[in-house]
Amino acid sequence: MPKLLPLLEHAVKKPVWDCRMCGQCVLHSTGMTCPMTCPKTLRNGPCGGVREDGHCEVKPEMRCIWVKAEERSHSPLNPHHWEEEFNELRPPVDNRLQGTSSWINLINGRDRRTPAGWDGAARERHSAVPGASMVEVDEPTTLPEGFHS
Amino acid sequence: MSRLATLIDEGNRPVVTAEFPSIDGGGLAAVEKAADELRPFVDAVNATDNPAAHAHASNTSIAIAMSQFGLEPIMQVVCRDKNRIAMQADIIGASLFGIQNIACLTGDDVTAGDEPEARRVFDLDSTQLVKVASGLAEGHYLSGRAIKQPPALFVGAVENPFAPPLDYRVMRALKKAEAGARFLQLQIGYYPERLENFVAGCVEHGVTRTTALIPTVVLTKSAKALSFMDESVPGISIPAEMIARVAGAGDKDAIAEESYQLTLELSRHALSLPGVSGIHLTDFRHDGSLERLVRDLRIGPAFAPDPVASASGTTSV
Repeated sequence: MPKLLPLLEHAVKKPVWDCRMCGQCVLHSTGMTCPMTCPKTLRNGPCGGVREDGHCEVKPEMRCIWVKAEERSHSPLNPHHWEEEFNELRPPVDNRLQGTSSWINLINGRDRRTPAGWDGAARERHSAVPGASMVEVDEPTTLPEGFHS
Repeated sequence: MSRLATLIDEGNRPVVTAEFPSIDGGGLAAVEKAADELRPFVDAVNATDNPAAHAHASNTSIAIAMSQFGLEPIMQVVCRDKNRIAMQADIIGASLFGIQNIACLTGDDVTAGDEPEARRVFDLDSTQLVKVASGLAEGHYLSGRAIKQPPALFVGAVENPFAPPLDYRVMRALKKAEAGARFLQLQIGYYPERLENFVAGCVEHGVTRTTALIPTVVLTKSAKALSFMDESVPGISIPAEMIARVAGAGDKDAIAEESYQLTLELSRHALSLPGVSGIHLTDFRHDGSLERLVRDLRIGPAFAPDPVASASGTTSV
């Protein structure tokens, strides 16, 4: 089943959102607009190159995905907490997850694992708990918060 | 703490920053010549990182050379050409030479340059890079690996108040401020009301409590230059009536003068906004207009009235 899931996920999400299978889906927090379809794969908002008509610097025929995302984040169909999440700082992409199922990565918390430096802490060379934040999420016993998304 | 950081912190006068010209050949003498022209009039100068996706002498090499010639560099780092490992290495490497001011940018796309077939990287985005660079100053790489005696970086970024989605730009500025940006140089813009709304929004949302806003103006000589920027530079739009105003000024000299007057007006307006900490100058004229502008505005190291002298002057008469 784990081997089939990426295929199933791709089959569902590709036609609807042009999913790129980054394996760490943030669709719900970006107005259900996939940031990986931005030619610069920006995950924290639009670059400075957006055209006066709201179209993409790189692909003039395409509306900037962040212009769309911003509009859609205010959609009444969007739950309020998703709208709030729009402004959160999303961490760098973990390129190892490319091609894996974000559904699995969501359930086991793998998609929220970030390098130690991202959370601000310098790692001691012989720390007793190397990557402490990584330990718990590898052994999920309950569904993490946000699973409904 | 960098001199730029000190000037901004003190807040006694608007800071003046400028864009360093791209250098390709001519050795360090070429850098020295450009540095000599700018040094008297500016507080710090941006060492660009392959601007408009054209290869030039690198950001780190120019920043180091500039500092050797007594010009304070702001090293731009764009996300287009390098991954997170290389960008961190550049910042840490430059810091060995005393480079402290770092401006984090997304970068124009490769399709804007003369090598559109190049692979684009964008391993980090500019906001993530702000946070990563701030982490270096706190003493660790993104991995968490500790840096002994970390560099005292002054990290900033760029924001474009003039490009859609206009309503969202303040929130993006706030995001960058929260990620650690202590200054935001603003994109070139010809819509004063958009700048006004953006700056007011930044004040309202507390961006200016932590982060200095530095709008940009451009010195141009012709209506053609304005049309070029309007049509060809990503993220820049210029109202048709402004271009027409410059184009209709008369002969070549009158047009150049009208261009200057437009820049002067935009500069005065930008500096009049509460929440603005200085101005960034891009000079496409190279005819002494930069000196004229800072003189007319009475800003920068050469022409700003000494705040201490003028303050004591009021009491010691």
